[in-house]
Amino acid sequence: MPVGTVPTTPQEQRRAAMALCAEAKPEELRAALDAVAYRGAVETLRPAETGLVMARARIGGDGSPFNLGEATVTRAAVRIASGEAGFAWHLGRDAARAEAAALLDALWQVPTLRPTVEAVLVPVAQRLEAEAAREARHTAATRVEFFTMVRGEG
Amino acid sequence: MYVAVKGGEAAIANAHRLLAHVRRGDPAVPELGLEQIAEQLALAVDRVMTEGSLYDRELAALALKQARGDLVEAVFLLRACRTTLPRFGHSAPLDTGRMAVRRRISATYKDLPGGQVLGPTFDYTHRLLDFTLAAGLPPPPPAEAPAEPDAPMPRVTDLLADESLIEPSPPEQPGAPVGDLTREPVSYPTGRDTRLQALARGDEGFVLALGYSTQRGYGRTHPFVGEIRAGAVMLEFVPEELGFPVPLGRIALTECQMVTQFKGSGERPPQFTRGYGLAFGGCERKAMAMALVDRSLRARELGEEATAPAQDEEFVLAHCDSLQATGFVEHLKLPHHVDFQAELELVRRLRAEHAARQAATPPMLQEAAE
Repeated sequence: MPVGTVPTTPQEQRRAAMALCAEAKPEELRAALDAVAYRGAVETLRPAETGLVMARARIGGDGSPFNLGEATVTRAAVRIASGEAGFAWHLGRDAARAEAAALLDALWQVPTLRPTVEAVLVPVAQRLEAEAAREARHTAATRVEFFTMVRGEG
Repeated sequence: MYVAVKGGEAAIANAHRLLAHVRRGDPAVPELGLEQIAEQLALAVDRVMTEGSLYDRELAALALKQARGDLVEAVFLLRACRTTLPRFGHSAPLDTGRMAVRRRISATYKDLPGGQVLGPTFDYTHRLLDFTLAAGLPPPPPAEAPAEPDAPMPRVTDLLADESLIEPSPPEQPGAPVGDLTREPVSYPTGRDTRLQALARGDEGFVLALGYSTQRGYGRTHPFVGEIRAGAVMLEFVPEELGFPVPLGRIALTECQMVTQFKGSGERPPQFTRGYGLAFGGCERKAMAMALVDRSLRARELGEEATAPAQDEEFVLAHCDSLQATGFVEHLKLPHHVDFQAELELVRRLRAEHAARQAATPPMLQEAAE
C-alpha cells in the first residue's frame, strides 16, 4: 500500500503491519519482538522455508498477465498459546526474519496486544517514510522541462 | 556429436583450485564483499537478476563474484541455483502504475501529467572518464527539491486512449492460462505472454541487436518511447491459507512503453500500436530493446509482412537465451575426439578417392576442364 494511506478494514490493517515487517531490517524486527516481550509458548506450524514466487506483470502495464521472472521468498508460520496463527512471506532468504515476522503477525491478531505490536513497528514505518521522502526529494531535483527549439533559429 | 569421456579427475580438480586462486587475485588487494558488488556494481547485478530470471540481489552478487564478473556465467549460476528451490506459486500481477517513481521520461510528450524526472541517469553525460572516481573521492551530496506528495503519474499510453488513437493493452481473460516457458517447452506459434517472458530472460546484447535491426529497416516499426519509468513496486502474493494478497516486499523495475505507427488493416483503423518492455532493476536498455522486439514480433497478429529476423518468433525465441546459446557454443570445447577421428577417416577416404579419380583422367581432359 502506498505510504501515507490509512488502512481501514482489519485485513488492510494486518496487511499494513505485514508490509512493515516485509521491509523491516532483521535488527528492527528483533527489537520489535523484544519490545513486545511475549513470554507465551510459540509452536512452529511451518518451519521457515525458502522458495520461489513467479513475479507476474501485465502486458502494457495494465493488460493480460505474463511471467516476468522469479523472486526468492521465505515463508514461516507459527501458532501462539492463545491459538492465533501468524504467517510471514518475505522477499529474500532470511529465515530468522520470517520467523520473527510470523510471530509478530500472530501477536497482532490478539486484540489486547495489537496496539503494542503496531507501536513497536512505528520506528520501521518512520524509517521507510523518511527514506521514501528523501528519495522523492532527490528525484524531484531532476525534474526536467524541455523546450522545443524552432528549426532554423539555432 | 559429443561422446562421454572419463579420466582427468585430478587435472580438473586442480584446474578448479587454480580458478579459485586466480579469482581471488592479488591477496594484497582487499577482497570484494557481496554488499560492495550489490551496491557499487548495481547494474551488473540487475542484469544478472533479469537474465537469470531470479530477483535476489545477494545471490546475483555472489554469482558475479564467483563468475569473476562474467555476466553470462553469472546468469548460468543463478539459473542453476533457481532449480534447487521449490516454487510456492505466482504473484498477483505487479501494478507498475503504483510505482514509487525514481525516473520517468517520455519522448512523445514534453508536458505530461506528473512531469518528467530524469533520476540517476547516464543520459546527457559526456562519457568522459572521471578520474576523481579513480582517486576514490566522495561524490557531492545529491541535490534536493520539494517533492509533491503522491503526484499522480498516469501511463502515457492512457493519454491517447480516450480517442482510440492508441490500441489498448490486451484485456485479461479470467482463468486463461499464463504461458510459462520454465514449465512447458515453447511451441510455435506462441502467445505474447510467452514471448515477453522469453525476451525478459533473453540476452541483452542479442535483444538489443534485434531491436536495433528493426530501426535500421529489417522490419521497420518507426518507434517512439512513449514512456520509460523506473522505481520500486510492491510484490504481492495470495497464500492459500490466508486468501488475501500479502505484501512480500518491493522490487525495483524498469518499464518501457514503445509507441509505433500502424497504417491499419482491413479490420483495424490506423492507430498507434504498442510494444512493451519490463526488466528487474535498472535495465533500461534491455527494457527498450525488449519493447522494440515485442512490437516487431506482433507482425503476424497485425497482418504485417514478416520478412526480417526480428519478426520471426521462432528465430528470436530459440536464440535469445544466453544460457542455451552458451551451452551449445561452449560444448564445442569438450572432448570430441571420437567424433573428430571419424571425420578424419572420412576426409582421408575422400582425398584418396579424389586422387584416384585425378590419376584415372587423361591429361588432355584435365586441361580442357581447367
